[in-house]
This record gives sequence, C-alpha cells and structure tokens, in this order.
Amino acid sequence: MRVIVLIKADQDSEAGVMPSEQLLTEMGQYNEELVKAGVMLAGEGLHPSSKGKRVRFSGGKKNVIDGPFTETKELIAGFWLWQVRSMDEAVEWVKRMPYPVNSPETEIEIRPVFEMDDFGSEFTPELREQEARLRAQVEGSAKRS
Amino acid sequence: MATSDTHRAIDAVWRIESAKIIASLTRMVGEVGLAEDLAQDALVIALERWPESGIPNNPGAWLMATAKHRAVDQLRRRTTLERKHEQLGRELEIQQAVSEADFDTALDDDIGDDLLRLIFTACHPLLSTEARVALTLRLIGGLTTWEIARAFLVTEATIAQRIVRAKRTLAEAHVPFENPSESVRAARLSSVLEVIYLIFNEGYSTTAGDDWVRPALCEDALRLGRILAELVPHEPEVHGLVALMEIQASRIRARVGPSGEPILLLDQNRLRWDQLLIRRGLVALERAEKLGAALGPYALQAAIAACHARARIPAETDWARIAALYDALAQLMPSPVVELNRAVALSMAYGPAAGLEIVDLLTSEPSLEDYHLLPSVRGDLLARLGRFDEARAEFERAATLTCNTRERELLFERARTAELSAADAGR
Repeated sequence: MRVIVLIKADQDSEAGVMPSEQLLTEMGQYNEELVKAGVMLAGEGLHPSSKGKRVRFSGGKKNVIDGPFTETKELIAGFWLWQVRSMDEAVEWVKRMPYPVNSPETEIEIRPVFEMDDFGSEFTPELREQEARLRAQVEGSAKRS
Repeated sequence: MATSDTHRAIDAVWRIESAKIIASLTRMVGEVGLAEDLAQDALVIALERWPESGIPNNPGAWLMATAKHRAVDQLRRRTTLERKHEQLGRELEIQQAVSEADFDTALDDDIGDDLLRLIFTACHPLLSTEARVALTLRLIGGLTTWEIARAFLVTEATIAQRIVRAKRTLAEAHVPFENPSESVRAARLSSVLEVIYLIFNEGYSTTAGDDWVRPALCEDALRLGRILAELVPHEPEVHGLVALMEIQASRIRARVGPSGEPILLLDQNRLRWDQLLIRRGLVALERAEKLGAALGPYALQAAIAACHARARIPAETDWARIAALYDALAQLMPSPVVELNRAVALSMAYGPAAGLEIVDLLTSEPSLEDYHLLPSVRGDLLARLGRFDEARAEFERAATLTCNTRERELLFERARTAELSAADAGR
C-alpha cells in the first residue's frame, strides 16, 4: 500500500527559517534509509505559505487569496509518498524520523492512498468473490495439512 | 499501549529489521538456518517483554543485540560439548562483535554487505527456483510463511517445508556466506534478478489462469528490486529490472476491464497509467544507460516498455525504435517469441509486409506450434495486406489454440470479419 506522510508547518518553517545543519544531515540519513529499504517513492519540502496561494470556491465564485495563511497547525511543510506493507509499518518508520528534543511539538500525519482495492466498481464483485474463494481454499488446505 | 497494539508494532519492526538481523547473524554463525532461528528467538523475547516494558527507543538495535547474545550462548553451549579450537576462536570474534554492536549503530555499510550476501544465498543456484522464491520472500522480504503460501495459492505446510529443505540444502553443502567471486558473479546476479522478476510476474499475471492481479506480490518484488539497486548501484541490469517492473506496474490499473477481461496494451486507457511509477521507471532506465555498458536483456525490455510509456496515445509510439530494441534483444537472447514481437514492431513501423516476412519464417518453428499468438499476428498482417481468405484461416486456427474464452470469441469474430471482407473483395 501507499501512504502519504504529511509534515505540519511550524513557526520556523513558516518564517522560512532553514533547519540546523545537524537536522539536515540527520534528515538526509533518514531519507537514505527509506530509499535503501525500498520505502521511499517521492517526497518534497514546501516553501512557507507566504509564497502560496489559495483559490476559494464559494457561491459559484472563485477568489484567489494570497498567503501567508495564519492557522499554522493546519498548514503543511512537506510530504513523503511511501510504499509500505501496512499502516503499522508506516507508523514504525515515522517514529524513526529525526526529531531534536528542543524542537516544538509537532504531529506527523499518515494517510493511506486509494488503491485498486478501494475502487468498488473497478474491482468487480466477481473478482472479489474469486479472491474470497481462493482465500478460503488456501486456508482450508492449510488447516488440513 | 494494549498488547495487541504492541504485537502489531513488533510485527512492523520485524518486517523492517529481520533481513538485516538475519544477515548479520549469518555472518556470525555461518549458517542461514541457525541465524533465522536465533533471530526468531529474539522476536519471541520481544513479544514477551515489550508489552510490559514498552517498545525500546531503538527496537532494531535491541533485537540485533538480543539475537547476538543468543548466538553467543548457543555457540558456547556447542563449544563446551565439542571443545573445538576453531569454534573457540569464533566465539571470541563474536563476543567482540556483540560488544561493538551494543553501542555501535552506525554499521550501515557492513549491514548492506551482509544483506547482499543474504540475497545471494537465498537465490543460490543449488536451490530450486521455487525454493529460491520462498526463501527470498521470507528472509529478505520479511513475509511470513502464511503470507507466502497465500500469495502462491499453496498450503502453508508446503511453503514451510520448502523453506526448511532449502535451509538444509544450504547447510549440507556448506555454502559459504560470501559475495560470489568475480568469475561467477554475473551468473549469480542474474539468478537473483530472475527470482525477483518471477515474484513480480507471479503477481502481475497469474499462473492459475484466472484473470486476476495480485498487486501485493508486485509491490514486494518492486521493493526487493529497489533494495537491490541501492546495494549494487553499479550493476546496470539491476536498474534495468527495476525500470521494467516500475513501468509494467504503472499499467496495473489499466490492464483489466470492468468484468475482469484483460485489456491489451494498445487498447488501454493511458490516463489510468500510474505516472509516478512511469517516472520512476524512466529514471531507473536512465541510471542503467548512464553506466555505459551495452544494455542487457532487462534494460532492453525496460527500454521497450519505456517507448510505450512515453507515448500519450498509441499513434505516438516510436515503433521503429521498438523494432530496433527487439533486434538488440534477439541478439542477446534469441527466441521465437522475441522474433514475433519484433515482427509486430516492424509491421507497425514499416507496414505489414515487413512483419509478415519474419512471421512466415516462424511458422516452421516447432516451439511456436501451439502458440495462438503466431496465427493471430499472422492473420492480422494478412488482413492488413488484403489477403482475407488466408487471414480467416489463421484467425480460426488461433481461436482453436487459445485457452482464454474471451480471446477465442474475439478471434472468431475477426475470422468472420475477414470472411466478409473476402466476400466483398470477390464481388
């Protein structure tokens, strides 16, 4: 499965303050570890919201709003796209992310990406039934032996 | 944290760490079977302790240190029984390794090297292909026996037995835990690539004959390929294989229709192709090409897949380049199927006559006697040349050869169309 891992903005990231050299090095090592494990598919860091824009859809109208945006906790500072076997594995990888003790409190959000399985009409009832049948076969024969 | 949560977390840690732990232990104890047992012991200890003590800060290092202590205990016990000088020496070495491992977590390069050895061991030519596949998924992929059994639609006992036998074979042959020497390296590497691609294909197309994709196996194979590519970044064929798998996987969503029927490449909705995987595939292919050597079979196949991936619509396909790539592939691994593909590419690039010339040569090929795609392709080329009577006969022949019901219907329909066209032409 694929998950997107969202890194929230904080005052520093919104102020455009670059992370310390030590943190950058640790982050680099962490990213390398993700690549070596075949987990990393993509990832990017984002400029502060002052360089961003929003398009608001409301009452049939579209309004463009310039950044910065104030509600820092709702803002995103970067993301990764990972290939993992389970949400548990994703959690385990996130726990390994470098996090200096003196940094402000933050939350990393992990969200599963829609997969073929999640598309009802594409993954047809026949296919689902077939899979269930095969699963039953495998489990049944495993129990017998 | 509830016990079940802890168990799931331990499971996740195990998946991430087990290959590295087993690889390190194998270097210490010299035997992959014993190493896996010791690693499992450490896992059992974690399952007992962590629900109460909580998960340690560096769970991987904890598991590694615990497993290494078990290794020392085990060897000490053996040594007291046997009192062999050799083993005493080994014990000292191991004790040293353990004390280093306890506080040294920056052993990354060594671990990479051990991991590579473990991959070579799991794919050792002494083992049957089936055994290599099972052992690779188990030791490197961190899959459980049950998961492997489910993926290959066999019983758990079958897989367990396969793995036990494979480990015994390796132990009895005293296969050393080392990277293969230069003289056999290419052959051993191609055995590894073959295993990974086999796992991928098992997920991509099914051996059981049902139109059904098992994407989890594709993902496992891709992950193995990506891991290998970081371990041996200077091997062009590894990047070639990764590129081929990434690009093929990019079409998974497009290759099965709403009622489960397979959709051929040229009929697929290209908007459903996964652009992220295509991009990754093209980057991997570029890495293979940049290494300078002539492209190997995987890189060539990836380059062919890339031609399709780059075309936004079928009409934009660079068929001349595909024909040339098939030509290069045919030089490396001559095969009638590659020739048939080359014929199709040539016909797309230069017209049906160019393709038919090769296809006609293949009709006497014994290995293609029952291969429905040969008459199917020949029928198509003949129809395009206006030779409808011959085309009809070929489509009918192809229809009787295929095992796929939908494909048979389609071929009979093409035969009927050819018949009508022949009648029209005769009037």
